[in-house]
Amino acid sequence: MLGFLIQRFLQAIVVLVVIAALVFLGVFAIGNPIDVLISPDATQQIRLDTIARYGLDQPLWQQYLAFLGRLAQGDLGRSFVFNMPVLDLVLSRLPATLELTLAAVAGATLLGVPLGMFAGYRPHSKVAKLLMGLSILGFSVPTFWIGLVLILVFAVSLGWLPAGGRGETVTVLGVEWSFLTLDGLKHLLLPAVNLSLFKLAMMMRLARAGTREIVLTDTVKFARASGQSEWTILRHHVLPLISIPIVTVFGLEFGSTLAFAVVTETIFSWPGLGKLIIESIQSLDRPVMVAYLMLVACLFIVINFLIDLAYAALDPRIRARR
Amino acid sequence: MDADAPFLRFWAAFRENRIALVALAVIVAIALLAVLAPLIAPQDPYDLGRLVLSDARRPPGHVGSGGYVHWLGTDAQGRDLFSAILYGLRISVLIGVAAGIVAFVIGATMGATAAFAGGRSEMLIMRFVDLQLSLPAILLALVLAAVLGQGRLQMIAALVAAQYAYFARTAHGAAATERAKDYVEAALSTPLPARTVLFRHILPNCLPPLIVVATVQVANAIALEATLSFLGVGLPVTEPSLGMLIANGFQYLLSGRYWISIYPGVALIILIVAINLVGDQVRDQLNPRLKR
Repeated sequence: MLGFLIQRFLQAIVVLVVIAALVFLGVFAIGNPIDVLISPDATQQIRLDTIARYGLDQPLWQQYLAFLGRLAQGDLGRSFVFNMPVLDLVLSRLPATLELTLAAVAGATLLGVPLGMFAGYRPHSKVAKLLMGLSILGFSVPTFWIGLVLILVFAVSLGWLPAGGRGETVTVLGVEWSFLTLDGLKHLLLPAVNLSLFKLAMMMRLARAGTREIVLTDTVKFARASGQSEWTILRHHVLPLISIPIVTVFGLEFGSTLAFAVVTETIFSWPGLGKLIIESIQSLDRPVMVAYLMLVACLFIVINFLIDLAYAALDPRIRARR
Repeated sequence: MDADAPFLRFWAAFRENRIALVALAVIVAIALLAVLAPLIAPQDPYDLGRLVLSDARRPPGHVGSGGYVHWLGTDAQGRDLFSAILYGLRISVLIGVAAGIVAFVIGATMGATAAFAGGRSEMLIMRFVDLQLSLPAILLALVLAAVLGQGRLQMIAALVAAQYAYFARTAHGAAATERAKDYVEAALSTPLPARTVLFRHILPNCLPPLIVVATVQVANAIALEATLSFLGVGLPVTEPSLGMLIANGFQYLLSGRYWISIYPGVALIILIVAINLVGDQVRDQLNPRLKR
């Protein structure tokens, strides 16, 4: 197990260096690095000082090494707009996004897997067909447009729920959370529903496809022949078998939900990472972009690692190989 | 044996699913509407000389100064929304299909070449593809669109970069299976160049799963472009795709003028749902595991 951990850790470092290279190429080398580091209204003297300080007169590979060096020390520069270290800025926005993403993914999984299993178990029933039709809709309707409709219906027309913001928050462990107050929950509900619909459709389809294939296999035939109830078969034979692809997708989708939060946060003025990155793209606040990308890359590596651990726990074949 | 036979058999099975058939008809109709937009639309929405500000933000059914009914209302500049949607569809479909085709060609070539070549180059290519697949497409497209700037070609490039990996993964899987089959060995034992074996013998046999991916990815490309344009990092203001129409209406939504955002969204959804329904049917037909 320790060997596995060390191996994954080394892999993670390689991946981070590769991503750092891509981010460096994308944001620093293609874009004008001077725009990245100096705000457009800086004086000529500041420009020259900064160019010398960051070594922009050096060859590209030396700049890359210097970039990596600063990165290793956690120095990602300062935001032009907020005039604070970007790492602090990005980290201060992270909890809001994590809260929203977790609420959305958890909701989608807890609701989507049972519904999908039912649709796969009785694929020709009316309910199953209705569920699949709805899932295609959830799959196809762009997140941002659903967000608009949710605001139109629940905030503008009915006036039940607020259209934006985080509401009242409670500080726990030095971090503000919305889900601990009633007002905060009200603010969380619409964005979380908005963000989860796509995942819900995906979880349903995935669970359905897996169930449909597995109920046709010999495993299930033998289980039936041994006289187990259908409920037991679904819980003890089908669910473990479909859980492996579901865990993979859960992990991958957690990451993509984090990214899709960009859209939901923009529409619902949710003060998280996604809103920050869109604002920084619009104001060309490139140090923030770099910090965001590196942070997301780190989160992805952590998530992928957790998926691998979950695999080992779920699949005896993988466990045996180690 | 008739060369068209597999296709005819496929079509016969496809026809049995009414919903998929309707969806296909919808796609064809939308494609026609998009191509013929200048002939059908009551107004050229981007001829600024024709726009009348007193027609702005009128609800659906309003008869404007042009003397015709604005069935879907007008936007903040007094544009007929129906016309704007037709023109928007043109851009959305064009970008989505172009990105899908380019991603298909690049991805399929990369994946099949990797499977064919094997060894270290296969590992390198597929590692890179997997790394990219673990990052969400919207993030890549967002960053690329921001870095490359606004424009049609930049948009297509961003979409291709975000999507080719799905084709590469699929092509690699299919080609690796084909590579081990006897007919490939037989073809390789002839003096045919390896390139010919790869493109004429292996790739055609990898097409079924790739076609399934392609339908899904064209729908995704259209949705992704709309999302990026909605966020303001997609196409420039001079290329008003459906996403931008929706974004323009967002500020009026809160005051109850729903139609500016909602109707372009409905058009977008009909298009994407139709493509996904067809894709679903194609997948069910091509999945050997569901044959009973």
